Amino acid sequence: MSDIPPTDPAIRARGLIKRFGDLAAVDGIDLDVPRGEIFAILGPNGAGKTTLIRMLATLLTPDGGEATVLGHDLTADPQAVRGAIALTGQFASLDEDLTGRENLILLARLWGFSRRDARARAEALLADFDLADAATRQVKAYSGGMRRRLDIAASLIVTPGVLFLDEPTTGLDPTARQKVWRLIRQLAGSGVTILLTTQYLEEADQLARRIAVVDHGRKIAEGTSRELKAQVGEGFLSVTLADASRLDEAADLLAAQLGARPGRNAEDSRLTVRAGSAAEANAALAALIAAGIEPSDFSMGAPSLEEVFFALTGGPGAGREATE
Amino acid sequence: MTDPAFARTTRPAPPGPFANALTFGWRAVLKFKHVPEQLFDLVMTPIMFTLLFTFVFGGALAGSTGDYLQYFLPGILVQTVIFNAVYSGMGLCTDITKGLFDRFRSLPIWSLAPFAGLIVGDVLRHLIAGGIILGIGLILGYRPEAGVPGVLAAFVLLLAIGFGFGWVFLVVGLLVRTPTTVLTLSFSVLFPVVFASNIMVQPETMPGWLEAFVRANPISWMTTAMRGLLSGTATAGEVVAALAAPAALALVLMPVTLRLYRRNA
Ligand SMILES: Nc1ncnc2c1ncn2[C@@H]1O[C@H](COP(=O)(O)OP(=O)(O)OP(=O)(O)O)[C@@H](O)[C@H]1O
Ligand SMILES: [Mg+2]
Repeated sequence: MSDIPPTDPAIRARGLIKRFGDLAAVDGIDLDVPRGEIFAILGPNGAGKTTLIRMLATLLTPDGGEATVLGHDLTADPQAVRGAIALTGQFASLDEDLTGRENLILLARLWGFSRRDARARAEALLADFDLADAATRQVKAYSGGMRRRLDIAASLIVTPGVLFLDEPTTGLDPTARQKVWRLIRQLAGSGVTILLTTQYLEEADQLARRIAVVDHGRKIAEGTSRELKAQVGEGFLSVTLADASRLDEAADLLAAQLGARPGRNAEDSRLTVRAGSAAEANAALAALIAAGIEPSDFSMGAPSLEEVFFALTGGPGAGREATE
Repeated sequence: MTDPAFARTTRPAPPGPFANALTFGWRAVLKFKHVPEQLFDLVMTPIMFTLLFTFVFGGALAGSTGDYLQYFLPGILVQTVIFNAVYSGMGLCTDITKGLFDRFRSLPIWSLAPFAGLIVGDVLRHLIAGGIILGIGLILGYRPEAGVPGVLAAFVLLLAIGFGFGWVFLVVGLLVRTPTTVLTLSFSVLFPVVFASNIMVQPETMPGWLEAFVRANPISWMTTAMRGLLSGTATAGEVVAALAAPAALALVLMPVTLRLYRRNA
């Protein structure tokens, strides 16, 4: 990726707001996405990711705030914004009855390609996206990964200045996900600014140069993945218990030892807690063992993005689902 | 992948609204190719109506099946076109639920183009269904006394009716959340309105209050004009009356459609 100097950003948003009735789905978000970068919006279900992207792609009118995309004002000149962007929504937006090739030709014709050029463009994209063999099959019969690739291809008929990808790999198997990641990197390499949303910390970590963490319609943190990790604290002790029933007891003990409440991951009986130094972590572990609580695994290190995320959003116990 | 196609920036000149509409029309034609079942739906209902009414009720209603067919056929054309227009509303609703409309809306195209495309599809459907019904009528003994010019004029009126009513169902398609709801809602309104017309039965035979309703029903006006055009007895007044409702619907509902489309909800 080239180091483009931070001149005017590809996307600049100030105080964007979108309300649905009483609910502020997006509640005053500022965003500066530099040109040519991959920028990730990370957040749990219902955080407002889709709403934010739909506003930036001119599909929703903001209730407050302002934004420019590649210099075009969102509300004053939406048609210019549409000419500069492409959107791959959270759910495939394809005509299921048509074949893969016909879907691409349809869009190419809408962009103004001649019949012949539209066909050529469709063929080239199908080849690039590993879909040549399925070109004449109806999209109905595509697998999730194929749909996703076709959906992204459909956004690249005309190379956009900014590409919005709403959860590009949700529901894909690891191989299909790797494929999509490779495509995204290649696209960014060719100079396209990419704003993607994801619920996967790994995805944001892998792809994006900068990450904004969003929850309840607000941006709660932003930075490179390293900055985010530093913001939460450098040293983390992670302990997995052999006996999950003693999780509470262990959490109390660690809290007493290290002066911070551990975050917990109930599925694999893991506790994660900030530790000032290796010596402190060591002492805490010793205390656990002395109390007869056997760790089956432990590690000390920089926090994973997952841990950062839980620390910022209030832990996995504070999920959003219940309030929806 | 050394030189991926997506990296190539080719940006053709933006096409005009008409070209956009034609592209959407092409899509409608492709749908016929891939989903031929929709043609079956489209044509079977009117064929069944024609056969059923002609042979089961015809004798009782008009004295002979032949006389009844002569009375009924223009009306079934009107009914078919109005019923068929519902399918566009369903198609629109499907596109919205599948997210396809979002993609169209995020393109820099003429905002009415997707609707124009649906209407192109409608026109094709109306011509196909109308042609088949007329064909069956001719086989069964229907005779349009006004000949070919009368038939052509009748089909133009038919398309005008389909165009006007098409907007009703586009609006329904934009307002309702699921395609099946579009269907059930539209038909539960359409059935009484279409049946309480002079399509199947002469209004003179009805109770007074119903006769008054049937005579005031614009669908009756359309049917009367269709009969007139096909038999060569139509007056200008009848044709104007027949066009009133479709014209009013199109004029009122076109801006409503646009407003709903841009509503951004
Ligand atoms: N059209 C709408 N009408 C009413 N409420 C809506 C609408 N769209 C979204 N919401 C609400 O706004 C909030 C944010 O939704 P949004 O779809 O933006 O979240 P998200 O971060 O994309 O979630 P997910 O990860 O599940 O896709 C949710 O509480 C949702 O229920
Ligand atoms: Mg979403």
